[in-house]
Amino acid sequence: MNAPTIEYAELAPLITIFGAAVVGVLIEAFVPRKLRHTIQVGLALLALVAALVQVILLAGTDMVAAVGAVAIDGPALFLQGTILVLAIISVGFFAERRLEAGGDAFAPAASSLPGSEEERVLVRERMLQTEVYPLMLFAVGGMLLFPAANDLLMLFIALEVMSLPLYLLCGMARRRRLLSQEAALKYFLLGAFSSAIFLFGMAFVYGYAGTLRFGEISEALTANIGQDGILLAGVGLMAVGLLFKVGAVPFHSWTPDVYQGAPTPVTGFMAACTKLAAFGALVRLFYVAFGGMRTDWQPMLWAVAIATMLVGAVVALTQTDIKRMLAYSSIAHAGFVLTAMVAADSSATAAILFYLATYGISTLGAFAVVTLVRDSGGEATHLAKWAGLGRRSPVLAATFALFLLAFAGIPLTSGFVGKLTVFTAAIDGGAAPLVVVGVIASAVAAFFYVRVIVLMFFSDPAPEGPTVAVPSLWTAVGITVGAAATLLLGIVPGPLLDLAQQASIFVR
Amino acid sequence: MTFPWLTTLIALPALGAVLTALVPSGRGTLAKQVATGFALLTLVVGALISVQYLFDVDMGVKPETYEWIPEFGASWALDLHGISLALVALTVLATPIVALAMWHEAEDEKRDPKAFFALLLVVEALTLTAFLSQDVLLFYVVFEAMLIPLYFMIGMYGGPQRRYAAVKFLLYNLVGGLAMLAAVIGLYVESVNSGNPSFYLPDLIALDIDTTTQWWLFIGFMLAFAIKAPLWPFHTWLPDAAAEATPSNAAFLSGVADKVGTYGMIALVLPLFPDASREAAPVIVVLAVVSIIYGALLAIGQTDMKRLIGYTSISHFGFIVLGIFALTDQAATGATFYMVNHGLSTIALFVVVGFLISRRGSRQVDDFGGVQKPAPKLAGVFLFAGLSGLALPPLSTFLSEFLVISGTFLRYRPAAIIATLGIVLSALYILWLYQRTMTGPVRPAVEGMPDLRTREVAVVAPLLALLLVVGFFPKPLTDAIDEAVGPTLVEVGVDQPEPLAPVAEHVEEGTGR
Repeated sequence: MNAPTIEYAELAPLITIFGAAVVGVLIEAFVPRKLRHTIQVGLALLALVAALVQVILLAGTDMVAAVGAVAIDGPALFLQGTILVLAIISVGFFAERRLEAGGDAFAPAASSLPGSEEERVLVRERMLQTEVYPLMLFAVGGMLLFPAANDLLMLFIALEVMSLPLYLLCGMARRRRLLSQEAALKYFLLGAFSSAIFLFGMAFVYGYAGTLRFGEISEALTANIGQDGILLAGVGLMAVGLLFKVGAVPFHSWTPDVYQGAPTPVTGFMAACTKLAAFGALVRLFYVAFGGMRTDWQPMLWAVAIATMLVGAVVALTQTDIKRMLAYSSIAHAGFVLTAMVAADSSATAAILFYLATYGISTLGAFAVVTLVRDSGGEATHLAKWAGLGRRSPVLAATFALFLLAFAGIPLTSGFVGKLTVFTAAIDGGAAPLVVVGVIASAVAAFFYVRVIVLMFFSDPAPEGPTVAVPSLWTAVGITVGAAATLLLGIVPGPLLDLAQQASIFVR
Repeated sequence: MTFPWLTTLIALPALGAVLTALVPSGRGTLAKQVATGFALLTLVVGALISVQYLFDVDMGVKPETYEWIPEFGASWALDLHGISLALVALTVLATPIVALAMWHEAEDEKRDPKAFFALLLVVEALTLTAFLSQDVLLFYVVFEAMLIPLYFMIGMYGGPQRRYAAVKFLLYNLVGGLAMLAAVIGLYVESVNSGNPSFYLPDLIALDIDTTTQWWLFIGFMLAFAIKAPLWPFHTWLPDAAAEATPSNAAFLSGVADKVGTYGMIALVLPLFPDASREAAPVIVVLAVVSIIYGALLAIGQTDMKRLIGYTSISHFGFIVLGIFALTDQAATGATFYMVNHGLSTIALFVVVGFLISRRGSRQVDDFGGVQKPAPKLAGVFLFAGLSGLALPPLSTFLSEFLVISGTFLRYRPAAIIATLGIVLSALYILWLYQRTMTGPVRPAVEGMPDLRTREVAVVAPLLALLLVVGFFPKPLTDAIDEAVGPTLVEVGVDQPEPLAPVAEHVEEGTGR
């Protein structure tokens, strides 16, 4: 038996991130507490930037590495690059220390009991939680691997590597800790459950095809072994696991609670990057491995897409918390991406890639704005408190309005071009009715985005309304980048569209 | 390399908007001056461009095409033809007038005027782009994007119910816009299937689309335009928006911005979906006639002056749509000409009503009475604007209304006859409004009402002069329009009914000479 060959050069981004994460853990163990924050932030940024450079250098690679387990191709590299850019901005939001007096968005020690004396002491001594950075790096590593995974086992490992640190990060909010811990527990339990279902589905698919590799599964489909029941059960169960991660209806129920409870920088990171990674994995699995049986899974995705768009948009109408509203909006957006996915060709892949990139950056920016609107209890996430924000701080409100308009798909924002590309792919792929539903859902969704704008600009400020905190450079730069990208990609989307089109071919 | 006239025309107000927004806050007057200056500059450029088309002097205005999103075959493609010329002229003329008219409106609502004026220029730039665009995606983008600044203008500066009106305006138009988005994509996919992915209008017109698909796409486009224009039964946002927006904003909204809807019908819907347009024409004609009568009847019943004018606009938009879907040369020329004249006349009415409201602090008809005694000049311009609204010869509105009705008569006689009833009703609502507000015993609250001020004269005089001048010398404009309308109707492929008399003769008659 020969030892497997590993293409280290092509896997460099992954190795960089995982290596840095391990070093981060060691820093926690050996470096004095005072220095840790600076070193961890520096290390995380350095690793992410280095990985981004490596991904850019790999551009154009089209191969299967690590004995067929990892694909290094256009979609993988495009998503990895986007995830890394978003993660770099997220590190800035994680490291923001000016908003909370003497701390960041995270509890000084996740293990201290909420409301206990121990917690008070830690807060008073201005202890900083630095374990979030290695945790985040592990999550990013999982996210980079997830859309690149080219066999079932690697897919599952990536899923877990990505998810476990996120469960922890969700429970680490400095304020409203019980809510945060509840969210983490919910996310963990439901996530573990969906992982189990996913694993179960994998077993069925393996039982059918006798292989874990995507390419070989695809060949097995054409060989037509019979036993379609096993295959369909396997595909269905695996879809549950992945649709859970992208937050599609009916597997979405965790999203609002987790988005609301998690520390807002984590929510932004999760909403943007997890969705990218999970869609990348979903699209690769269904296009590469199960592409030969698309007529079997397309009806299922039709149903899920319709339910996701409508439920996301309609339920968002009733929300009174800005984070929950954004959570339902993210569900509706998952539905829009699914409309393109139904089309199942390379133009659909390009549309999905473009949509995810633009959605990710706007989402990150929107959640960062949420961190800035504060009152004595921390972030003021209740919608009523946002009344009159446009009069108090017009620039911030205008920026948030820009993100909302992008979510609503108004022209001259990136959201419009994204919607245009996915709907075009869907009509092109013969899914015109889905686009009609998408248009209806967009109209419903527009209502609640507009409602927030009305509240911010046309209402009189409440007398004891929240204040807008002045952020440090970290957050300011992050929001500016997000807003600039949202506007720029709405006006001149050409280069990114071109890149997405070039990157739309899966290696087989 | 020739001078990019058309892009300059759009860039000027856009630049003006940016510069206005950059004026430090607290310097309200400077912001207003910058904005008005740029609006005037745009007017000058617009006038230079118009000269080439109206009087056949070569100014070097050429169609312009620059790559925009090559991945979709979308381009920044601009061109000017008779129909767009009329509307571009209206837009560049109306903007400085409206800017001047809204001079004190923001302060009256205790708001910073800077954003108001910057947004006005943004809307101007977007409206001009819509009229000049030869690219369907570009048209769609500005058609939708225009809603946002207008929404803020209504919502931030309007009356007590402005939030409701602004949201209603935005949601109605967004729904229409989204239906159109689906149709725009559908149209694009048709071009992809034909092997030449493009959003370029002439390319899309050349496509051979089967009738069923045409119907679906037609519905998508028409829904958006019928909401924008607004056609009964999609009109309910307009009275609210007209009542709650500031008078000048309402003037710009229904006078200029809404014309994008009727422009879209004649410049996009007819040539793009000829079969569906032909088949649907009777239905649209019925809706248009209902709009004419319904708008007029409701206008008679209004007690709020701005709402009243809003309903008259619905009636007038009915005439425009009727003219477009009568599918005769004469009616289509009349409809396009009508868009300009209705713009001028509605702006005049809204603006004069705005003067009244700012003096009395109320928009209720009942709060006025006998105004002509303390303010005879104001009453005079009000009457003049009103008479233009009821299309009295020799004002320009008369000629367009006449062309529409006589052109419609050639194909849809009952519709033309019922539409004529609309003219009678318009006399009723205008003259009754005049009688209730201007004549009779002077109300105590109206006593000592100041007459027109210099700024107000500067606002109204050009409007009234234009209504009169265009009424006497319509030929250059109607000729330019007629030239563009002809090919459009050929595209639709309807037989032109034998005119009872050629258009040129009507024009001659219309001038009263």
